[in-house]
Amino acid sequence: MTGVVGLYRPGTSVVHRLPAGVKLAGLAVVGAVSVMVGTPVRAAALVACVLAGYAVARLPLSLLWASVRPLLWVAVPLGVFQVVVAGWDRAAVVVGVLLALVLLANLVTLTTRTTDLIDVVVGLARRLRFTGVDPERVGLLLSLGIRSVPLVLELAGEVREAQHARGRGASARAFAVPLIVGALRRADEMGDALAARGFDD
Amino acid sequence: MSRTPAVPDSRDIAMIAVFAGVVAALGLIPALSPFGSPVPITAQTLGVMLAGAILGPRRGALAVLLFLALVALGLPLLAGGRGGLGILAGTSIGYFVGWVVGAFVVGALTYAFRAPYRLLPGLLAALVGGVVVIHALGIVGMILRADLSLGAAVKVDLLFIPGDVAKAVICALVARGVHAAYPGLLPERRSRSAEPADALR
Repeated sequence: MTGVVGLYRPGTSVVHRLPAGVKLAGLAVVGAVSVMVGTPVRAAALVACVLAGYAVARLPLSLLWASVRPLLWVAVPLGVFQVVVAGWDRAAVVVGVLLALVLLANLVTLTTRTTDLIDVVVGLARRLRFTGVDPERVGLLLSLGIRSVPLVLELAGEVREAQHARGRGASARAFAVPLIVGALRRADEMGDALAARGFDD
Repeated sequence: MSRTPAVPDSRDIAMIAVFAGVVAALGLIPALSPFGSPVPITAQTLGVMLAGAILGPRRGALAVLLFLALVALGLPLLAGGRGGLGILAGTSIGYFVGWVVGAFVVGALTYAFRAPYRLLPGLLAALVGGVVVIHALGIVGMILRADLSLGAAVKVDLLFIPGDVAKAVICALVARGVHAAYPGLLPERRSRSAEPADALR
């Protein structure tokens, strides 16, 4: 186990089986079009469509709630504020569009493997080759980044233990300096290993 | 800076990847209470500032961009275990853009002051890039995404200023420790005649 669990929920629904690139493109289109949503009815329709997507993907209600809950911190005060300043209609549109977009984006995340999304990004980078973007390096960066998270967390655990053993309390400095120096040393080893495999040639 | 090649080499790639891990680790570790503060603050923006202060403008900004890409692709690495494409649709998007630009500015200023790392210029760099730039872009993001007026967005934003100023101070202290323990990252100063006045050492 790497210690980091992705947000993907396996499934076999139509939403799960759609290619990752199509889902991402759809998200981008909805995001662009959402600017034109101007009435509460349309905002409600947008939210309803997204909720229908959750139903089609057969995701449990608890997951939907997990997507909504962190939004409430923002959506509720924002809604109240907009009601006071701009009235009910505007408040419904602003909050509705925000809710719909975040839920739709979460729907893509919940139904698409991280590796499939990486493939889309690398594919996009390939199209951007003419701008000087190197798709291989983009792919390598993403996979090394994923590997680095548990690596640094492990390092953080070691530093913590060492800190406690020496009786230093939770000083940010006594924690962060050895963590970062250790991480940089690991990076040197990784870099040497990559260079040894002829990556820079 | 003049020696930096257009394409990052394998050592740069490894450093970028590992630092994305550092930003993630600082966000995931809960009880980092600087100065014995009873309220644990999320150290994620500390990681963003440090990316610039340690790795410099290009690698620092790329490390933060990589971190955000991993979050967007579905790893729950934002403080509080959030992640997924939804973050790009939420009201905080201005801050996330600000993280990338901010890391670049912190790095550009820090590296402009050259080696050895000194506390006060380093603190200035962290304040300008890590507080001013990030909050300015965050406010713009809230105005655009949450349809807030400038005054209202500034009011929301101000809540987070004290914590981020504290993080800029910690960033400078940590960066000094890291540059002392792992020299060679900052560009050398031209004239080495004068003994480096290690100001607050």
